Amino acid sequence: MGTEKLHEFVEKLKGENAGWIGDVKEAFGEVTITVPRESITEVCTSLRDNHGFDLLADLCGADRGPEEDPRFEVNYHLFSTIHYNRLRLKVVLSEDDPHAASVEPLWKTANWHERETYDLFGVIFDGHPDLRRILLPSEFDGHALRKDYPLRGYEPYSLS
Amino acid sequence: MGLENTLFESLPDVVTVKLDAVINWARKSSLWPATFGLACCAIEMMNTVSARNDLSRFGAETFRASPRQADVMIVSGRVSRKMAPVLRRIYDQMPEPKWVISMGACATSGGVFDNYAIVQGVDKIVPVDIYVPGCPPRPEMLVHAIMMLQDKIMKESYKDRRDTIEAESRVSLVPGTLPVTEGTALERETEIEVAQNKASRPYTVPSRHEKRRSS
Amino acid sequence: MSVITENVTGQEVLDPSLDSQMTLSMGPQHPSTHGVLRLDLRLDGELVIHTIPDIGYLHTGMEKLFEYKKYQQGIVITDRMDYLNPLGNNLAYVMAAEKLLDLEIPERAQVIRVLMCELQRIASHMVWLGTHALDIGAMSVFFYCFRQREKILNLIESASGGRMTPSYFRIGGLMMDLPAGFDRKCKQFMDDFPEALNTFDTLVTGNTLWQSRTRDIGIIEKDDAISWGLTGPCLRGSGVGLDLRRHNPYCGYETYDFEIPVETDCDVWARFKVRMRELYESHKIVRQAMERLKPGPVKADAPKVVLPDRDDMRKHMDSLIHHFLIVAEGFNIPAGEVYMPIEASKGELGVYMKSNGGPKPDRVHFRGPSFVNLSALPVMSEGEMVADVVAIIGSLDIVLGEIDR
Repeated sequence: MGTEKLHEFVEKLKGENAGWIGDVKEAFGEVTITVPRESITEVCTSLRDNHGFDLLADLCGADRGPEEDPRFEVNYHLFSTIHYNRLRLKVVLSEDDPHAASVEPLWKTANWHERETYDLFGVIFDGHPDLRRILLPSEFDGHALRKDYPLRGYEPYSLS
Repeated sequence: MGLENTLFESLPDVVTVKLDAVINWARKSSLWPATFGLACCAIEMMNTVSARNDLSRFGAETFRASPRQADVMIVSGRVSRKMAPVLRRIYDQMPEPKWVISMGACATSGGVFDNYAIVQGVDKIVPVDIYVPGCPPRPEMLVHAIMMLQDKIMKESYKDRRDTIEAESRVSLVPGTLPVTEGTALERETEIEVAQNKASRPYTVPSRHEKRRSS
Repeated sequence: MSVITENVTGQEVLDPSLDSQMTLSMGPQHPSTHGVLRLDLRLDGELVIHTIPDIGYLHTGMEKLFEYKKYQQGIVITDRMDYLNPLGNNLAYVMAAEKLLDLEIPERAQVIRVLMCELQRIASHMVWLGTHALDIGAMSVFFYCFRQREKILNLIESASGGRMTPSYFRIGGLMMDLPAGFDRKCKQFMDDFPEALNTFDTLVTGNTLWQSRTRDIGIIEKDDAISWGLTGPCLRGSGVGLDLRRHNPYCGYETYDFEIPVETDCDVWARFKVRMRELYESHKIVRQAMERLKPGPVKADAPKVVLPDRDDMRKHMDSLIHHFLIVAEGFNIPAGEVYMPIEASKGELGVYMKSNGGPKPDRVHFRGPSFVNLSALPVMSEGEMVADVVAIIGSLDIVLGEIDR
């Protein structure tokens, strides 16, 4: 389908710096590039400025489970309003050091998405201007979407 | 000829009625709801107000944005933990007499969402008079709930003064007219009472404590 | 003007020497915020200096709930997310699962999906128009819009049983076929609808009061709009002709003939015009879909995933076994991850679904368009009056259920 065009982008990125591409997976018409944590800002800058991916459609986290290492993933879904292609970048983080660089200077929409990922998973984005909880109450204890957080929470609600 | 000519001519000039009846009739006929639409049930509430099912036929003429001018709070939608103190605050800001209708499954008992984020029933926060099931309840169900509330109001007594803060429990003058708290209406004892026909109608079963939870 | 200074401990605070400023909390219970949204407005008199939206008052933990429910049980939860466009949410979730399963959907199901989604888009825009007009002050438009919406809700209810929470789509097709008489009622509605659109144009579009309330308010330029991630009518009102039905087509949308309304004014008026024209275009698509309806199956040919017909289930043993297994245990979806974007009535609704080979998903994330559109509110409302903030929120068409999930 359109995956030849997406693989062209992968090749161009490899041409700029082969260290940027960790792992390329293709499934269901989509291409996922696993990017090492240190180079995510450079990869995103290159994709936005040189290859036209100007819209960050989604930035979401995922938890692989408390026994896995690395535990957290952060997925960046890029979209281009110029050539209408989509690309997914994936950064994997371990539980002891859940820090990733913030892409808020590149796309302003990452502001709220990164706050949501921090709120629900505990992934800390370095360089974010205002990293605080957005969906859960500010005095909430814990990160709700982690696999080891129980579905019903720890205690039922009471006014006192 | 007209109704007024034939009927009212046979009535005397001065009529004696129970004070309860007049006060309750005035209260029930102009129940102004406070806008407390939270989620999907709020849209069904908007449907109830719009032209097809017209709620203002029953006296709920305008939905007041300010709780200080409202009589009934229709909690429509799921109440999350962050919203719960706000709900209690709005309820406290309403002047007496006030009633609460818990509209929808999420407000009644948490609904589909049995998880960390949703309060499992708004009666853990405010005392509730009428529970309306459904997800979302049809507009006709909300109209029926308002009518049930009007029937409940007609049975009250003005002597149940609501502006006193009581520390001990008390019994209302007319059983079954004070609101229900902590989901006790859903408990087994009240079901037994209904089955043995000890309650006048199923929806005016008295709560176990008849304790008014006001602050 | 710089309003942020540092106090003695080095924290950034609002400059206290500016006496004329005040902080107003446009609280979670407010008639014009379209739900439980709290806005912290830093005001200088009536002029807004900075807006900070505070969300989370309707956070339901749906994404966590998806991980504990089988795939077909999750469809019910998606209804309650963007509750004005529940069929759109259903469609996104169901199509993500079908993409993971690589199912092929029969043509009649695709046509009915398009038909119902466009009807739902019209219904959602009716609520938008009614509440937007109500906030700005035109109360009678509200009643006209909800009158039209009642007709659509009747149609959806006749097909699926639920007015606002239909859950009509299933993984592999539809819940069941359209009822008898649906096309007659739908055609009746479509014939009456242009007259209603004319009424709205007369009441609202040509009104000088409306235009003075909405022109040059809430401006967001094209590059800002793309950087803030706006999609849908908000982006098309800023001059970018992006519509996922044309540029990332799904469900056979590339075979339908419709235009993409684009305006370049970048203000509330432009977004209003875009949505009004979208009503015309949706009307055209519904007519085309109704002409294409041909008899055929509405469920895919995948007995392990799709529930069999009730008749089949009662007569044949293997259908009974499949029915039981699908309902009791669910079906396994092979491991993988997929991102499925659709053009919902508010913008790009994307579902990121990750499966690990079991009957329950591993992670489901909904990229809600209202979440992203609302994040651009501070940019749009800087320098406007408080009353204009209400108009801007109306033009963004936010639904808190989608923002807070």
